[in-house]
Amino acid sequence: MPIRKVMKGNEAAAWAAKLAKPKVVAAFPITPSTLVPEKISEFVADGEMDAEFIKVESEHSAISACVGASAAGVRVFTATASQGLALMHEILFIAAGMRLPIVMAIGNRSLSAPINIWNDWQDTISERDTGWLQFYAENNQEALDLVLAAFKVAEDERVLLPAMVGFDAFILTHTVEPVEIPDQEVVDEFLGEYVPKHAYLDPERPITQGALGFPAHYMEARYTVWEAMENAREVIKEVFAEFEKKFGRKYHIIEEYRTDDAEIILVTMGSLAGTVKEFVDKKREEDVRIGAAKITVYRPFPIEEIRALAKKTKILAILEKDISFGSGGAVYADVGRALINEKERPVVLDFIIGLGGRDVTFENLEEVVDIAEKALGEGVEEEIHWIGLRKEIL
Amino acid sequence: MAVRKPPITTREYWAPGHAACAGCGPAIVMKLATKAFSEAMEEKYGNPDAFAIAHATGCMEVVSAVFPYTAWKAPWVHVAFENAAAAASGVDAAWKKLGRKGKILAIGGDGGTADIGMQALSGMLERWHNVVYLMYDNEAYMNTGIQRSSSTPYGAWTTTSPPGKYSIGEDKPKKWVALIAAAHLVPYVATANIGNPYDFVRKMKKAAKVDGPAFVQVLAPCVPGWRTPPEKTVEIARLAIETGVWPLFEIENGDFHNIKIQSPGGGAKVKREGGKVVAIEFKKPIEEYLKLQGRFKHLFKKPEAIQVMKDQIKAMWKVLGVEVTLP
Amino acid sequence: MAESPFKMEIERVEKEYSEKMTPGAVVYIPGSSVVNKTGSWRVFMPEFSRDKCVRCYLCYIYCPEPAIYLDEENYPVFDYDYCKGCGICANECPTKAIVMVRETK
Repeated sequence: MPIRKVMKGNEAAAWAAKLAKPKVVAAFPITPSTLVPEKISEFVADGEMDAEFIKVESEHSAISACVGASAAGVRVFTATASQGLALMHEILFIAAGMRLPIVMAIGNRSLSAPINIWNDWQDTISERDTGWLQFYAENNQEALDLVLAAFKVAEDERVLLPAMVGFDAFILTHTVEPVEIPDQEVVDEFLGEYVPKHAYLDPERPITQGALGFPAHYMEARYTVWEAMENAREVIKEVFAEFEKKFGRKYHIIEEYRTDDAEIILVTMGSLAGTVKEFVDKKREEDVRIGAAKITVYRPFPIEEIRALAKKTKILAILEKDISFGSGGAVYADVGRALINEKERPVVLDFIIGLGGRDVTFENLEEVVDIAEKALGEGVEEEIHWIGLRKEIL
Repeated sequence: MAVRKPPITTREYWAPGHAACAGCGPAIVMKLATKAFSEAMEEKYGNPDAFAIAHATGCMEVVSAVFPYTAWKAPWVHVAFENAAAAASGVDAAWKKLGRKGKILAIGGDGGTADIGMQALSGMLERWHNVVYLMYDNEAYMNTGIQRSSSTPYGAWTTTSPPGKYSIGEDKPKKWVALIAAAHLVPYVATANIGNPYDFVRKMKKAAKVDGPAFVQVLAPCVPGWRTPPEKTVEIARLAIETGVWPLFEIENGDFHNIKIQSPGGGAKVKREGGKVVAIEFKKPIEEYLKLQGRFKHLFKKPEAIQVMKDQIKAMWKVLGVEVTLP
Repeated sequence: MAESPFKMEIERVEKEYSEKMTPGAVVYIPGSSVVNKTGSWRVFMPEFSRDKCVRCYLCYIYCPEPAIYLDEENYPVFDYDYCKGCGICANECPTKAIVMVRETK
């Protein structure tokens, strides 16, 4: 029988790692993710986890050791955040290009400068082009579940790509919530053993991994990564369906909330979805036709799902904790890309919100709705809005 | 006539058809290092193939593995420039969990080791991985077209240390990574040189057989980078030993008080006390080493620079506990 | 004279060779570089006099390709498909059993 425990998001991720039975974990401490390697160290020390835990000297070496171990053909897990993920940047491309299904838990945190340890999504968003699958958890249960699902998707032969699972710094990493820990036997059944056919370092079958790709081959190599990411769309649906069968919890690539007759849909990710759903309930009581949508899978970007969502509404308001300077929010750009050739499409507005741990309040969300309603009536004046800015100190 | 057996295994892990320059010193390193590893694994585990290679970006990586071809006949992985030691750590951990007996060989050039890969190397050694790190030292960034590294010796021309009105060429003494590696107190550290292939193979085998981490720094001349004729590669490497430029030594468990020094040959007089080498009187002047190389050509107009070089060589030997005299 | 071991290697490689892109651009045929005949780079070629050879193996040890293999009697054999003509073997040969001569093609 699955047991319920009250735990922090970091512990939930560590529990997921324990259940997935990786043979190698390489990780480096960084706020707010440090508890993940700490907890894994405890599991290993107590003999509850049969993994080699490499206490590396940097995140760069953490991911490099993960690539080495995964290239040697074993299941691999790591965790990091923020500057640590940024330090891994170079090797993230390599892990994907070499088609190594490493799974990484991220306590989503802002990037310097100024240095700031609190939540936004700039770290993982900045890695969106690396070829890693990206999942965002709303709560600690999702953090655990999505790590397990990520392994299953990543290791699928049609995919073979690394995956990151983000959960918000402090809001989830350090906050305790009840979490259901699935049975080990069921997880074993769900994941199976990882026995790669494409990547191993076996003296009986010597192969060369990480060769140079000349212009005559490079594009094809990159295209296979594109293809794998496209394949992942279907695989994720299958894995989510099997996950529901095995564990009873249902996941969606995009989870919709009270969207049926909505004129405004607030689109967001991660723990912010919880706040937004509550806000939607409040506004519904006031007879505002509003709904919410949570993007659980950000890479591959849910293009079809966004198109379906767009058909239901007049305004898509993107609420995101990241910014691409000189352009706007990254999610906004992706949503725009999904809708650009649609004959009829709603107005899409972008709201940069909650950077570096700034609280997102109902007051902020009221402002979002005001701007959206105004756009509905008077047309769009500005597309990108920074919400909750303290204009008085600027 | 009784024919003695070939002094090294005829098994090959480094196939021809690779794209290294004619007369490439590091290519000789690749060939001999893998043969030595194979012999060591056969002697230790009864399986000559019981090793895998993690390779840093660099000349030897680029010339050996170009999709869909590879010169390697051993399991081989390349990740990036600065992280061969970290990648090797991961392979080592995976092999442990797979219950596979054998040793991991990490290979990097001097740029990938002394500079950008220094941190990963230190981490790997300190964590006591079952890895031999082989640094093939051609004393500059050759893959990008001959830029100075911290392993470039004083006086050398490179594209980023050009001699000029206000420049002697490279103006810093060479950084000796072997000494830094030894400071990790790891079981085995050695310097080697393709000019003495038997010594190199012996050291590689010893490194491969120890339990835990080892580090070998081998001098391997680069034809375009040193501006030398291809046929002189081995001769120049040997002259580095015979003139005192390149000390051959072994440090076990970081025991700096008992450094083993190999005799340089070339007519040098070696003085021992209590079995330890305490002084060497070299007979071949370093000019003999320098004059064969275009990268040092400009120094012959500045004899004071050659004197600086000699002082640096003496200082290096002093660290090893050896008083040397240079002609 | 013994058949070059590399000839057998070429046969093995050509049997399996494929340019088809693999996941991760992994190269599955070990030593497949043997099909690249780098002998075409050569300007000078080593000429070997068996009668002068003392079988010291230095040429065999040093050849960076390797383009030198040993025959049944452990004499070196030069595989000109791969020899780039660097001349290390001739330079190091203690008995001058190897000399470099200009290639005539």
